[in-house]
Amino acid sequence: MYVIIAGGGKVGYYLGRELLGGDHEMLVIERSASRAAEINDLLEGTVQQGDACEASVLDGAGIARADLVAAVTGDDEDNLVVCEIARYRGVPRVLARVNNPTNAVLFQKRGIETTVSATEAILSQIEQELPVTSMVPVMQLHQGLELVEVRLSETSPVVGRTPREVLLPPESLIALIVDSGGVPRVPGADTTLTAGDALVVVTRAESKGMLQEALIGGAHGFDT
Amino acid sequence: MGCGRTGAAIAASLDRDGHSVTVLDLNSGQFRRLPDAFGGRMAVGNGMDAEVLERAGAREADAFVAVTQGDNRNYFASQLAREIFGVQNVVCRTKDPERGEIFGHLGLQTYSPTSAGAEAILAMLPGSGPA
Repeated sequence: MYVIIAGGGKVGYYLGRELLGGDHEMLVIERSASRAAEINDLLEGTVQQGDACEASVLDGAGIARADLVAAVTGDDEDNLVVCEIARYRGVPRVLARVNNPTNAVLFQKRGIETTVSATEAILSQIEQELPVTSMVPVMQLHQGLELVEVRLSETSPVVGRTPREVLLPPESLIALIVDSGGVPRVPGADTTLTAGDALVVVTRAESKGMLQEALIGGAHGFDT
Repeated sequence: MGCGRTGAAIAASLDRDGHSVTVLDLNSGQFRRLPDAFGGRMAVGNGMDAEVLERAGAREADAFVAVTQGDNRNYFASQLAREIFGVQNVVCRTKDPERGEIFGHLGLQTYSPTSAGAEAILAMLPGSGPA
């Protein structure tokens, strides 16, 4: 199998090094002349200096017979263009590194199904570690006040109540409610707190423990 | 998208003709290129960000023009406009003529200042044919 790697940064270099030992024919294309020279020695002369976004560079690298092109530069727009040109030249498999996870949608719309995002992968690992209900610091305000976000789960003691019925620590207040559909509301007398709501709360640093107990409940905090 | 000389000239002209225009650039200093009489909107932001495009009104736009210095940035933003926001008329400036030709096959209208410039100059030289 002939694999072309566009981008000789850290990802491209280590990818190339892994492939070097196997049965594949492999070529790394790196735009920067100094970086290309640096990794060319380490990758046993499999690095070509050039801009993989230029069709003539890809043609020179033998894209017509490539089985797979991996676009792994640090710029999503460059990765998209490399994949588009590769597919236009008939490469059967293309895959892209996506640095900004929200950009994956565009790659999919363009028919580039295989995208890899380190940010997304790490984020999903982190989210699995978090309890369903948690309190996330949003920002520090002045004079010891803080803004935190609390997402209500079904076990929260305040679900089904109005904000006014909730006993909060001193100098704490629910500033904003964003429902599970993403619609923001200012809490009013007729607002009912619902599981899935995200509450943006102003509180004091020293009151965060009490706040957590009030909104999340004693047994459902960070320890679950 | 891109308020350089070309972007500013296009925006000013469309505005003069009575169209509703939003100019997007990363650098607010670039808006100095617009005439004092410019009546359109100026938005600071990265056109490769779907949220920025949406705030700039991409969903309601009839046309989108990408004229930054980067061919790939122009391509990325143009496809966002077309694929995500359904803009009908999308023009992507592409300096690299080879790339421009491929982009043209991928659903965009492209314009290459490089090819157009070369052709214009050749036309001024007696005895030379088109490139």
